[in-house]
Amino acid sequence: MAGFSFAAWGNDLYTGRRSYPIISKRRRWFGVFALLAVASIAVLGVRGLSLSIDFRGGTEITLANTSTTDQQPAIAAVQAVVPGEQPLVASVGSNGVRIQTNTLTEAQVAEVGQKLADAYHVNPANDMTVSSVGPTWGSSVSVRALWGVIVFVLAAAAFMAIYFRAWRMSLAAIISMLTDLLISAGVYAAVGWEVSPSTIIGFLTILGFSLYDKMVVFDKVRENADGVLDQTRTTYAERANLAVNQTLVRSINTSVVALLPVGGILFVGALLLGAGTLRDLSLSLFVGIFVGAASSLFLATPLDVTLREGEPRIKAHTAKVLAARAGSLDGDDVADSLAAVQLTPGQHLGQGAQPRRKR
Amino acid sequence: MANSSTRRSRPVRTLVIFAVLTVLVPFAGLITGTFVDGRSTENPSGASMTPGLALDLEGGTQIILTPTTTDGSQVTSNTIAEAINVIRQRIDANGVSEAEISSQGGKNIVVGIPGKPSQATIDLVSQAAQMRFRAVLTYAAGTPTPTDTGSPSPAATGTAPTDGASPSVSPAGKSAGVGAVTVPAAASPSPSPSPSPTSTGGTAAASNPSDLAQITPEIQAKFDALDCTNPDNLKGGGGDDPTKPLVACSQDGSAKYILGPVEVEGTHIASASSGLIPLPGGGTSNEWGVSLTLDSVGAKEFAATSQRLYNFGQGNPQNQFAIVLDGLVVEAPSINNVISDGRAQISGNFTQQSAATLANQLSFGALPIQFDVQSQEQVSATLGSQQLERGLLAGIIGLILVVIYSLFQYRTLGLLTVASLVVAGSITYVAIALLSWGMGYRLSLAGVAGLIVAIGFTADSFIVYFERIRDELRNGRTLHFAVQRGWQRARRTIYAAKAVNLISAIILYYLAVGGVQGFAFTLGLTTVIDVMVVVWFTHPIMELLTRVPFFRDGHLASGLNRARLTLSAAKPRYVGAGRVAGPETIAEEAAAEVNAEVEGATPATEPALATASVTSSPLPAPATDESGRRLTIAERRAAERKAAAATDENEEGR
Repeated sequence: MAGFSFAAWGNDLYTGRRSYPIISKRRRWFGVFALLAVASIAVLGVRGLSLSIDFRGGTEITLANTSTTDQQPAIAAVQAVVPGEQPLVASVGSNGVRIQTNTLTEAQVAEVGQKLADAYHVNPANDMTVSSVGPTWGSSVSVRALWGVIVFVLAAAAFMAIYFRAWRMSLAAIISMLTDLLISAGVYAAVGWEVSPSTIIGFLTILGFSLYDKMVVFDKVRENADGVLDQTRTTYAERANLAVNQTLVRSINTSVVALLPVGGILFVGALLLGAGTLRDLSLSLFVGIFVGAASSLFLATPLDVTLREGEPRIKAHTAKVLAARAGSLDGDDVADSLAAVQLTPGQHLGQGAQPRRKR
Repeated sequence: MANSSTRRSRPVRTLVIFAVLTVLVPFAGLITGTFVDGRSTENPSGASMTPGLALDLEGGTQIILTPTTTDGSQVTSNTIAEAINVIRQRIDANGVSEAEISSQGGKNIVVGIPGKPSQATIDLVSQAAQMRFRAVLTYAAGTPTPTDTGSPSPAATGTAPTDGASPSVSPAGKSAGVGAVTVPAAASPSPSPSPSPTSTGGTAAASNPSDLAQITPEIQAKFDALDCTNPDNLKGGGGDDPTKPLVACSQDGSAKYILGPVEVEGTHIASASSGLIPLPGGGTSNEWGVSLTLDSVGAKEFAATSQRLYNFGQGNPQNQFAIVLDGLVVEAPSINNVISDGRAQISGNFTQQSAATLANQLSFGALPIQFDVQSQEQVSATLGSQQLERGLLAGIIGLILVVIYSLFQYRTLGLLTVASLVVAGSITYVAIALLSWGMGYRLSLAGVAGLIVAIGFTADSFIVYFERIRDELRNGRTLHFAVQRGWQRARRTIYAAKAVNLISAIILYYLAVGGVQGFAFTLGLTTVIDVMVVVWFTHPIMELLTRVPFFRDGHLASGLNRARLTLSAAKPRYVGAGRVAGPETIAEEAAAEVNAEVEGATPATEPALATASVTSSPLPAPATDESGRRLTIAERRAAERKAAAATDENEEGR
């Protein structure tokens, strides 16, 4: 903590002593996110997502407590029963093996299972898991999930539009949420892990978290911008920028706290468990939470400002403020004009309203 | 909001009520439950201190079936419910205990069987159900015939009435055109099962479906040997040839039958319902029965059958027809009237429940359903427990990291985060244990993942709250008012954000299937619990903490140290040449103004800012003076400089 205090930094951000020009530099951030989105589309287009057995259909045999995690015995065992079959073999944790093949018949599964049990010295009764999935199962699940997402997005958009009384805000949140999803999918494709139903769960959670985080940040924007039209000293954009700066500490704390458990799963899942529900879920979540928290600050809010500056009232107000500021610049300096009048009914204007003595 | 600010908050009372209602009572309920209705192998749905685990954690076989109709009609939720009944019946008859059968997303049926069932069981589950009406040729008690010749009234239980209380007096008259059939006393001492096989020439010679000539020696031998007390013979299973006679057991194994060829296919049943049997003169009797309506084809077929069977006269076994489901005789009523219009009443010694069951079975027979196996998964118990162990390990690692981070960020106040997380965790645990007792909820791996992710979401509520309190402290409030104001503002944000979370959980729960559903469930549950904890636990505790000097005076380790929170802004910077620059920048002034405005937007009655603590501490200036008037910027700056100078001196003095 030497030389840098988080609380003091947060304090500076709150009071505006330290302020990062996020909104005024928004073109830069739009560029960054556009670049990431294009890169994600490129990765998705070139590499594509490798779908898991739940979507392709097939048979999966998982062995636990194996004596070795060599892949060769598994391939040999499968090909002895089904010549020409090219099984996908992956190790699961330090002592497990997962074998995926095209759909096998019951008899074939029994035969392969026996051979595998012999090859890996496992007890077929306890340590072997067999699952076979029809080719339509995964797709029917994802179609349902897709419907869920569409309904959820519509419902959340309606909720936010009503809560903030500004459909542009809700639109900005939804656009940046979808960007988060795209980037997460891109990273997932780049890593190259299989897309399983748990990955889908992860992506759905990203939607939830991303909107949640945007909700918190936008609530601060709303709070700051509540009376913006009633005064002529600050613009909507400036107030939004202040809101972003003020929620910066919260956003960092929240994303760290949300990322720590997910990082725990990712660590345990990737290192100890190998392929499986936890690993797939945690990777999509880890990326999604990070991107989601970042985009609340650097994409959603700037986007909201851009959209809302198109709103006639706010457009007129911004023009008025800037004109007033330009006018006062001619005679006085900016600091003085800013320190000038803050009208609160029933309260005196204080010294700030008096002409200042030049130092 | 106005209401809450005028109402005096009573943190201790809130805490006590909260503790009693959400922790003590459910815990007590759960513990009582484990004694009254404890979980054991015989009672898998009982209460237990460990929540029920889904198959992917416990090990077992999960089969996902999609019912499809063979005639292109719609699969409704009714269809699914009836299909589940049939599958459950099949599995129960097969002696598999603890099977879980549930519908998923209104479209699929998930069958979970613990352990490793045989392939036969799996095949059995996915078979199509077939309901058919056949004429009874003869019947006997459900034991191999040679042994039962002399035995009086062998095991005749279940749906078939045992006492021969002559139910043949049909309450329904001919006049209404409503046919009536009666369930006879089944298996009264062996009604001459062997009508001497005169036709030795095999099956062909039958003149009509009731012709006893169909009972070849071969069939007779099979019939004699059939032992319906052996569970193997009660598995049922379709595949019987509709044109040939059938030897079958009754569902409860109390009787066995030789049946003629199929007379009416179950698909011709238009509807079946149970109820009290209507009397001919209007009103109802107090006897339960099932009314059955056939479609036009079925009515025609059944008219011919009932005419023929009726002619055999009461008491003759051949007077009965059998309702056969999956090769087992559900019921074998005798015919009291010729049923020409396809509307039959089945009466007999029904209870309300047995009548409803029969009506269900009959309606299911009307559904031309077959099951497609979507996926079949076997999870070994070791793999499942391994996943659970590692998942919990991940959760614990995550939790420890969260604790360390919040202690680093919020110092002692971080302990409140930890305590709130612990409270939320224990409520979640009890809720899941109770739900797995009451609703049969099973925790799956996806659910565990949902719980781990929820740590982050839950902790965020506290972070939002604490940050708002700090904001208020930065405005120079005492802790008491900072908590009051911070809460008002944080509350709104928390509610709005959690509402989005809840919307997503509910929508996903209802629209998605499989693991997604389990995940959505835990997410929604933890969201609700999170809001409860923050409102009824974290905030009251925070209110209590404002009375503790350690926090109130902002000890350096309390996380609420006002010096740390405001000093840096108020501290003048030395810019050289004997000049000290104030902290004024354009952005800062604008910020101060917006902050002030935001504050003004939430008018709280703030009586003279707890003067005692302010004056006693040398710390920064309040934003208002004793009378509550907001200070001018210049006044505030002056006060800030003074305060900063004072603190500087203090620091040098140390």
